[in-house]
Amino acid sequence: MTGFLSLFRRLEGPQTVGRGPAFWGLFAVVLAVALVYPLVSDGYTVGNTVYFFVWVFIALSLCLIWGYGGSLSFGQTAFFGIAGYGYGILTINFGSAYGFTLVALVVAVAIAALFAILLGYFMFFGRIAGVFLGIVTLAVTLMLERFMAQTAGPEWRIGSARLNGFNGMSAMPPLTIPWPGEPIVLFADVGLYYFVLGLLIFVYLGLRMLMNSSFGNVIVAIRENPERAEMLGYDVRKYQLITFVIGAALAGLSGLLYTVWGQYITPSSMGMTAAALPLIWVAVGGRSDLTSTVIGTLMVLAAFQALTIYGSQYALVFMGVLLVLTVLIAPNGLVLGAMNWLGRLAARLTQRIG
Amino acid sequence: MSLLELRKLNKHFGGLHVTNAVDLTLQTGEIHCLIGPNGAGKSTLFRLILGEHHPGSGEIVFAGENITSLKSFARIHRGLSVKFQVPGVFKGLSVRQNLEIALQIRHRGAELEAEIDRLLAFLGLGSEQAQTAGNLSHGQKQWLEIGMAISLKPRLLLLDEPTAGMSPEETHLTGEMVQRLNADGMTVLAIEHDMAFVRQVAQRVTVLHLGQVFAQGSIDEIVADERVAAIYLGQAHA
Repeated sequence: MTGFLSLFRRLEGPQTVGRGPAFWGLFAVVLAVALVYPLVSDGYTVGNTVYFFVWVFIALSLCLIWGYGGSLSFGQTAFFGIAGYGYGILTINFGSAYGFTLVALVVAVAIAALFAILLGYFMFFGRIAGVFLGIVTLAVTLMLERFMAQTAGPEWRIGSARLNGFNGMSAMPPLTIPWPGEPIVLFADVGLYYFVLGLLIFVYLGLRMLMNSSFGNVIVAIRENPERAEMLGYDVRKYQLITFVIGAALAGLSGLLYTVWGQYITPSSMGMTAAALPLIWVAVGGRSDLTSTVIGTLMVLAAFQALTIYGSQYALVFMGVLLVLTVLIAPNGLVLGAMNWLGRLAARLTQRIG
Repeated sequence: MSLLELRKLNKHFGGLHVTNAVDLTLQTGEIHCLIGPNGAGKSTLFRLILGEHHPGSGEIVFAGENITSLKSFARIHRGLSVKFQVPGVFKGLSVRQNLEIALQIRHRGAELEAEIDRLLAFLGLGSEQAQTAGNLSHGQKQWLEIGMAISLKPRLLLLDEPTAGMSPEETHLTGEMVQRLNADGMTVLAIEHDMAFVRQVAQRVTVLHLGQVFAQGSIDEIVADERVAAIYLGQAHA
């Protein structure tokens, strides 16, 4: 029981911005709004919001590995694609009856994590770090993209699932929850919305607890000074590998939900542009904080979409400008900078009142 | 009884012999100082002991166990601990969190918090605990790192220039701190240029020169040695 309670105490700590009744009050309000929102909105808009939520998981994976761990992975999209294709291959072969899509969800994420164990083992136990880690991970995701893009021929099939080359796979069944009477099919609107929202809250709170635990302490210690961390007796390679695998599973979850949402997945989801965008969301929001990453990602995604629809082909240029501005004005992230500023303001106000 | 034995340790980078057949034995419970001119191979010797470098030949025996091929973190588990020459604190984290990261290995929960408070008081950093470690003065960083190193309760503490950048008073306080740790049973090996500090704490002194053990003895014997004066002390105290 006390162990359980101490878990909840770890929702707050030095590694995460936001604490006290004010923060959790605001969190409850946001949560309430998020819960009511689909009831007052139309199906298309709700589906579009799910699309935004889906990307938050890959952003959080980068926040964990890069922002907290200090290892810049440029290839989170590799795990995104592996889990996405994995879900497609599994469900096209075995269908959606008996809750199999939920099994496929777990298995596809596990495949992405297994791949991360293999790749991460060679990188971290080979002591690859810094810019070289970025190069290796980017090369891996681009290689996967190239490989999948040349699978157009009919010989490229796994069971009854055609890989379909550059056009990608499509028509995999949506997530289906077995239910007495009729199974619940989570189409890309209200049903999937609540499912993804639940996952998002679970992952967000889980990561808060993880980062404020003794494990999280070691992760940021390695970011700050890996040599000192090792000389305190921590096997740095092991901690880096575990972080990398958790991050890969989150990126995989993102790819899987993306596949479920649109019922398609293509090689370009592992390409250069796809690999670069999460870096921008996370950098602009504030890579070293979970809350800033979530808010930043949602804001940048919404702005990007608005620009693509109403504006022009300049949306990608805008993203570049945004990144440069962030680096110049608030290198730790715009959202994080703003939140820290608000925090100091609130502290000064309470001081003056007190 | 010997705690650490270096047997014929060789390390060369290309043609440069940084340590050349170094034999050094540390007795359990002593404070041993390592002195020598710049480039004598002192810090390299520490790196070899810690496993950051691997010797070309020779053996390192710690508490009766050959640790020559062990990884660094495993040597720390055996009872080694170090304070680096350039203070290796976690700059972006608070002073308190720095100590927590070191102490959480041995303590949990309320006991951990109490240990952090105790160590903060011991180091005189209580009022700085919320401060970001990168903002501390150089001397405070040194103390913070010494604090992290001793929280592991090591059998052998390696100190690389623990008083660099400290005032004479701070240097003396650091010396007293080292003596207190030694009285509690910690063996200490320190690299130090400050002869006042060496005189204050050292029970034995080894002079390293051009990667070789040049002289060994009590501080008085070393100071009286004209050969040592010629290569090192003469310059420092001219």
